[in-house]
Amino acid sequence: MNVVVLVKQIPDPANPYELVDGRLKRGVAQKVMDPGDEYGVEAALRLVDQFGGEVNVISMGPAAAMEAIRRALSMGAHKGVLVTDDALGGADALATARVLAAAIKRSEFDLVIAGVESTDGSTGVVPQMVAELLGVPQSTFAKEIEAKDSSLTIKRQTAAGYDMVECPLPAVITVTAGVNEPRYPTFKGIMQAKSKPVDTVSLGDLGLGGDDAKPTQSVDAVNPAPERGAGEKFEDDGTGAAKVADLLKQLKVI
Amino acid sequence: MTFTVEQRHLIDLVREITLKEIAPRADEWERAGEFPRPAFDALGRAGLLGLVYPEEYGGGAQPHTVYLAALEELARGLLSVGLGTSVQTLTIFPGFAYGTDAQRAQWMPPACAGEWIGSYCLSEPESGSDAASLSTRATREGDSYIINGRKAWVTHGGVSDYYIVFARTGDDGARGISCFFVPASAPGLECAKVEHKMGMQSSPTSQMVFDDVRIPVTNLIGHEGQGFEIAMAALDGGRLGIAACSVGLAQAALDAAVKFASEREQFGRPVIQFEGLAFMLADMATQVEAARSLTRAAAERRDAGEPFAKQAAMAKLFASDTAMRVTTDSVQIHGGYGYVNEFPVERYMREAKVLQIVEGTNQIQRLVISRALSRPS
Repeated sequence: MNVVVLVKQIPDPANPYELVDGRLKRGVAQKVMDPGDEYGVEAALRLVDQFGGEVNVISMGPAAAMEAIRRALSMGAHKGVLVTDDALGGADALATARVLAAAIKRSEFDLVIAGVESTDGSTGVVPQMVAELLGVPQSTFAKEIEAKDSSLTIKRQTAAGYDMVECPLPAVITVTAGVNEPRYPTFKGIMQAKSKPVDTVSLGDLGLGGDDAKPTQSVDAVNPAPERGAGEKFEDDGTGAAKVADLLKQLKVI
Repeated sequence: MTFTVEQRHLIDLVREITLKEIAPRADEWERAGEFPRPAFDALGRAGLLGLVYPEEYGGGAQPHTVYLAALEELARGLLSVGLGTSVQTLTIFPGFAYGTDAQRAQWMPPACAGEWIGSYCLSEPESGSDAASLSTRATREGDSYIINGRKAWVTHGGVSDYYIVFARTGDDGARGISCFFVPASAPGLECAKVEHKMGMQSSPTSQMVFDDVRIPVTNLIGHEGQGFEIAMAALDGGRLGIAACSVGLAQAALDAAVKFASEREQFGRPVIQFEGLAFMLADMATQVEAARSLTRAAAERRDAGEPFAKQAAMAKLFASDTAMRVTTDSVQIHGGYGYVNEFPVERYMREAKVLQIVEGTNQIQRLVISRALSRPS
């Protein structure tokens, strides 16, 4: 089973971020592979351990995004593709999906795995768009994955519990943070990563032009969410429970 | 020397494992006096317990400079794990440097992978700095040696899977000592007493009793009478490990002090803006950097195949004295908060003390250095 994992290099979420004209300033901050992508890499490695095949890591981003690919390679992935092109600066979800789909189509694949959403952009729609562009089924929010011959069954996380979803391969799935416990890179993996094949390609190499990379959405402004005000405090003088119940009724909670 | 990209990634990996797997549980392990086997499992799986040994035996074939930078990161998170990794590396050394091919093939891969944890049994209740006076005895009987005696200050004693034991096979002082590999499962080997220490509660230190412990002659490392030479050679490397742990611990204490002094406000401003504390921090930072440089310089000599015993002793002496001073000053900078266990610095200060004692007291280091000075080189 050949599995593609989509990964993204993002500013370390542990550090404070900075916005410039509504866009995340990416130049200076310490960068890491999106922690959500580690689950995808782990899931892919497990499938390949079980069924054979290769894990191909694909990323779109500036040259520094190679670090995310390297991280996946040192965890055990077999090869990588980095799509990097100045024309891609500011690409939105659809442009990103076009590029990723074109990069995925360059080689045979049985399954594409992505995180539910990136930790920095958080649009949560790129994998679905990729599936549409590839013309394959999509199955999202996987918290458990089971593969058989030419189909896949996932437990799809929902607000109430989970759905069992079966789909034929090839397919695109997204995985939640609870799907597995991602492995650390190993010392051997780090040493081997440098000799694994990684293609660096431009838009032109993928047969795409500048128009494909143009954003169809524009962001006018990004503002931090308003801080939550202090809640209402009830001193319990014997009537506390009744007061809380009244408030909940007012809010139509009960 | 500069590290390669891969070596930097390796050190980053150690830092990541330290931050995610070790530091968050350090206090819990220390308070419970629990040996952090999961930490050693994780380090072993990641390939970090046999870094300096050849790949064919499960090692990482890395220079000592890289290994020591990794140790420094571990000790920054929890000294028990840094020191334990240093001890593990030390216990692999006799088999690697003096053992047969068969011994290396049998013992090294599981030790490098962390499947086996090892202990080093040199000291005895009555034999510390004067190691050549040890009295544990190994008597040859057919194809076996029978070991009898008591070993003291055994790091990981009782939780280890194997013990590197120095015992007397002759009465000829230092020349009558031999080195043995003893599996923990050998009948007659028992953990007699677990010490209650000032710090490093998560690293068990025990007395081990050998009561007619029978091992095959194939477990002799090197030849009879070579034990003291092996012990001293292993300790030269061990001293570099302690130096690196000292640097890591001192760095942790310095980081904590800088953070606290930047956040703590008195008289209307952060206390780091008062010269009395700022200059203390400057001195601490300078000492940590000097200790790191001395340790690296000694490791570079070792990697270059040059004699390094004197430099290793200097690094161990200076770095552990630095750790003691910097951790003490870090407590001082924290004021009352430094003396309570909600902050980690009182633990650092307790931990630092042992570094001036283990792998040769700092008085013995001065002896090693002064003897080297009095010998024409």
